[in-house]
Amino acid sequence: MIYDFFHNLTGSYFIADIIQAILPLFFFILPFALFAVWWERKVSAHMQDRLGPMRVGYHGALQTIADILKLFQKEDIVAKDIDKPLFNLAPVLVFIGSYGVFAAIPFTSAYIGANIDLGVFYIVAVSGLAVAGILMAGWASNNKYSLLGAMRSAAQMVSYEIPTILVIVSIVMITGTLNLNTLSEMQTGHFWNWMILGGPGFGIAKFLFIPFMILGFLIIYISTLAEVNRVPFDIPEAESELVAGYHTEYSGMKFAMFFLAEYANMFAVSAIVAALFFGGYQSPIGYLGNLLNAHWLIPIEQLFWFTAKGLFFVFVQMWLRWTLPRLRVDQLMETCWKYLIPIAFVDLIIVGLITVL
Amino acid sequence: MKSYFKTAWEALLTVFIGMKVTFKHLFVPAVTIQYPDVKLQLPERERNRLYVNIDDCIGCDQCARACPVSCITIETVKGLPSEDLGKTSGGKKKALWVTKFDIDFAKCCYCQLCVFPCPTECIYMTDVYEFSEYERENLIYDFVTLTPEEREQKKANYARFEAEKAAEKAAAAAAKVAAPKTEENKG
Repeated sequence: MIYDFFHNLTGSYFIADIIQAILPLFFFILPFALFAVWWERKVSAHMQDRLGPMRVGYHGALQTIADILKLFQKEDIVAKDIDKPLFNLAPVLVFIGSYGVFAAIPFTSAYIGANIDLGVFYIVAVSGLAVAGILMAGWASNNKYSLLGAMRSAAQMVSYEIPTILVIVSIVMITGTLNLNTLSEMQTGHFWNWMILGGPGFGIAKFLFIPFMILGFLIIYISTLAEVNRVPFDIPEAESELVAGYHTEYSGMKFAMFFLAEYANMFAVSAIVAALFFGGYQSPIGYLGNLLNAHWLIPIEQLFWFTAKGLFFVFVQMWLRWTLPRLRVDQLMETCWKYLIPIAFVDLIIVGLITVL
Repeated sequence: MKSYFKTAWEALLTVFIGMKVTFKHLFVPAVTIQYPDVKLQLPERERNRLYVNIDDCIGCDQCARACPVSCITIETVKGLPSEDLGKTSGGKKKALWVTKFDIDFAKCCYCQLCVFPCPTECIYMTDVYEFSEYERENLIYDFVTLTPEEREQKKANYARFEAEKAAEKAAAAAAKVAAPKTEENKG
């Protein structure tokens, strides 16, 4: 484990803790955000038969860096009648909410921020913090659009957490663990051991699980999509209705923080879906490291597979963004309460029955 | 109950159909033209910035009169009989020095009405359409190839010529007036 390595290197648990804590930020979230912003622009452009950024670097590869430099130079505009402490605290809180999630995500078998037994539960709890941040931002901005966006966001994120949790519970019933690292370890071997294909073990239950796992995957994917406020569930920041929703009044680096949190969230939920259903960091086809008898290679391969799976689901999020129009508020609530939650409940009961049998 | 499942199924199915459409578009070649690097082929009879081939201009002022927005200003001065102003490419003999031929492209409406009356076809539309400027004065284009000194010289030449002619005339008139007197004196 990397934690032990740092502990041996520095000789102090405290320093090892700090290094462990900042690792995902500088080695994962920031590079990912830089890449994902560019990637989203490219994907959206090509889906509309455009080219997207082309002029900064090769095919606009340095576009995000140029944008960040621009954001650094921007004036931090603060409106007159805002609630200053809340206004300044909100972007930090939103970012903490999405950054905290990364603590329990197993990137490889050698690195997990905090290998806690309540992993999935912790993630669900911490990502709820973002709702408070968004509400804060909307309320403190003293702007009708911000407030409307925040209210919608709160309603949406709270309702869509229910189907997410129901699906997670059904997974937990099969595996009997909330620890994402253990969950990923269980799905080792080849892709037929992934939860989406009934999980490890080979019996009649495995084949009975498959349709309900696919159903569960669809439900959790839709509801996590809504939780991170992505299209088609982007009513909290609906450009055509609410300017920019809860971050209308933010500018400069505070806006950049919301932006970073959004992209970090995108990857976080994709990673959770990948860890729950698609084997986490496990390779679908076996490891080159085992083949070459070079065991140090395995964590690197695992990081590659984990990133690849995460990026694939991020790509699907972008893909959906350019496919579907935005839902109305009532349609949004109907989707959640009348379709996702009942179906998730039925799924949960059936999975429970199969597990008991 | 039946319609409930039908709605759910249709919602899911149509999402996948839509995703198929967008995924296909991911591989459709982009229609974007990388503008400053690659330019679109202009239509054959496009109307953009005017150009005046001043070597062919005879200074007839017809274009300036045809212009609906008066963006063309022409000043000419007659050449001296001793000077050879050359011929236009059409073989027409030039008689006037064009000392000023300004077109204000801030005013120009690209109607092409100035092009048709030109007897020597020296004013025409080009395919240049990128000529934005920071100062409006920079949009006044001067097409005369003579240097300012030469222009002044031509004007001065003509003024002198006119003055000489006037002086000659006056002298002739004076002689005419004086002649009968001498005759009278003789007679």
